[in-house]
Amino acid sequence: MNLAAADEKPVERRIPAIADPAVNGSMTRSPLAYTNNMVEPTRHEHDAPPTPKVTVESLNFFYGAVQALHNLSFVLAENRVTALIGPSGCGKSTFLRCFNRIHDLYPGTRYEGRITLHPSGTNIIDKSVDPIEMRMRIGMVFQKPNPFPKSIFENVAYGLRLKGITNKNELCDRVEIALKSTAIWEEVKHRLHKSAYEMSGGQQQRLCIARTIAAEPEVLLMDEPCSALDPIATGKIEELIRELRKKYAVLIVTHNMQQASRASDYTAFMYLGKIVEFGPTQQIFTNPTVKDTEDYVTGRFG
Amino acid sequence: MATPGALLDVAPTVDRDPIARLVQRRQWTNFAAGSVMFAAAASSIVVTCSIVGILLFESITFFTQTVSPIDFLTDTMWTPQFANPRYGILPLVTGTLVTTFVALSIALPVGTIVAMYLSEFAPHAVRETIKPLLEMLSAVPTIIYGYFALQFMTPLLQKFVPGLPTFNMLSAGIVMGVMIIPYVSSLSEDAMRSVPMLLREGAYAMGANKVHTGFHVVFPAAFSGIASAYVLGVSRAIGETMIVAVSAGMQANLTFDPRQPAETITAYIVQVSQGDLEHGSPGYQSIFAAGITLFAMTLTFNILGHQLRKRFRQAY
Repeated sequence: MNLAAADEKPVERRIPAIADPAVNGSMTRSPLAYTNNMVEPTRHEHDAPPTPKVTVESLNFFYGAVQALHNLSFVLAENRVTALIGPSGCGKSTFLRCFNRIHDLYPGTRYEGRITLHPSGTNIIDKSVDPIEMRMRIGMVFQKPNPFPKSIFENVAYGLRLKGITNKNELCDRVEIALKSTAIWEEVKHRLHKSAYEMSGGQQQRLCIARTIAAEPEVLLMDEPCSALDPIATGKIEELIRELRKKYAVLIVTHNMQQASRASDYTAFMYLGKIVEFGPTQQIFTNPTVKDTEDYVTGRFG
Repeated sequence: MATPGALLDVAPTVDRDPIARLVQRRQWTNFAAGSVMFAAAASSIVVTCSIVGILLFESITFFTQTVSPIDFLTDTMWTPQFANPRYGILPLVTGTLVTTFVALSIALPVGTIVAMYLSEFAPHAVRETIKPLLEMLSAVPTIIYGYFALQFMTPLLQKFVPGLPTFNMLSAGIVMGVMIIPYVSSLSEDAMRSVPMLLREGAYAMGANKVHTGFHVVFPAAFSGIASAYVLGVSRAIGETMIVAVSAGMQANLTFDPRQPAETITAYIVQVSQGDLEHGSPGYQSIFAAGITLFAMTLTFNILGHQLRKRFRQAY
């Protein structure tokens, strides 16, 4: 792979491009093979061609002796939303949580393989790589809203303070921008210093998204961000995800087929710790090549 | 409470179907169990009220016949055994407050840090070893702590604090603090461990390290429970008797200097109870006056603690 070239010339952020045939030269079963033939979803025709933000190669993951992920290969494209779908227990969340090494918090977990963050070429799961640095560069939104026991303002400023920003004006500006981009500024601007627990569930989840994007990560991970929310709040979050796509590579786990088809550009179907099929969302939902995928997306699974 | 008959909305006919009979039996069980539990809960209230009643009754005699409440609260001398006795509670209150303050300035920070270590930093095996050992500290009889303060802590402190008398509040307070550490650490650790993992994951996912997660996220989230631990620690310190009776001295002394000997309220009660006290004598009644002061102090701290818990209760 020509990732080494990216290392030497980090300015060339568009290299390696997914469409570059040289990229998939050495990997036979690489998902890059899928993406090579990808037709860009029609509604985003004006977009630049996709470039990989994160590439996953032969990833295995173990909880103690139990292997949860089997030899995954995958590409997360910059400025695109990629959805992970699949039945419960198939390893979607486990896979997502490898990206920011949150598994490190629990003893007995083990990674094998490579998750490369472009353009720096860092292997996220390498033991010598500091997980704290990776987590500052890769933000995560959880299934249930988990605001900290602090004020609304301090919640959003949390990541900024961790990055060492103490200037009051800068903090205020960036908190305001983050809250505006998650569309809750108007709802909370009069009570920024009230506890975050006084908000509704949907507001709390948007606060958690604001908290994550205020720290300006490069990748946004979302683990079923709408599963605890009502349809109206869900609609607002989905709208937000489509906006966030302009600035981030977004990886979203969802149980909701409609959500995956509405909000994502690419979809990976996972089953029993493997990626069964990966391609443009339109193709996965309208013309899947694997029988299991078709059964799952049409609701005939099992 | 409703009678069992009123709970049953079943006509008293002879031939009931089995479900109605089952429902009736269930309702009887509910009623019986509820009554037993109510009696158990009520008995603790009855005991508390009786204690307060006796304290009030005996001390009212004391305050009307021996000394006025104003003199009791403002006089600076506590000399009940003198020919011309004076009953100013202030020296005993300062003795209690100083020893409590010294004890808490050891127990609260150390207890909190130990709890933080056990909950957030210690590997599982270490936690399972240290926690029972720590809890054994609270199983040591306090009289042993008293002599530990007198025979070990005071000579040790005398090397660093020149002119420290044999009996002093500093030594008593420090040892009392050691005794209280497990109360604070055990309850605080439970509170921190019950903070949902989701909240910790949120902090780690933002790029926080263990120290930051522990002190900025877990600690405030658990603060309601930690405040309960602190309140228990304060109550233990104010009410502690044997350590101060043995090692802090038995002379009422109006001072805020922990290096000096002094007497606490509890130590006074022990001291005066040792002698032959005539029932109904001023000395006898002074026990109850001192007791009600002690009760007022712990009650104040408990109410403060309750407010603190309510203020910081988190609904995660």
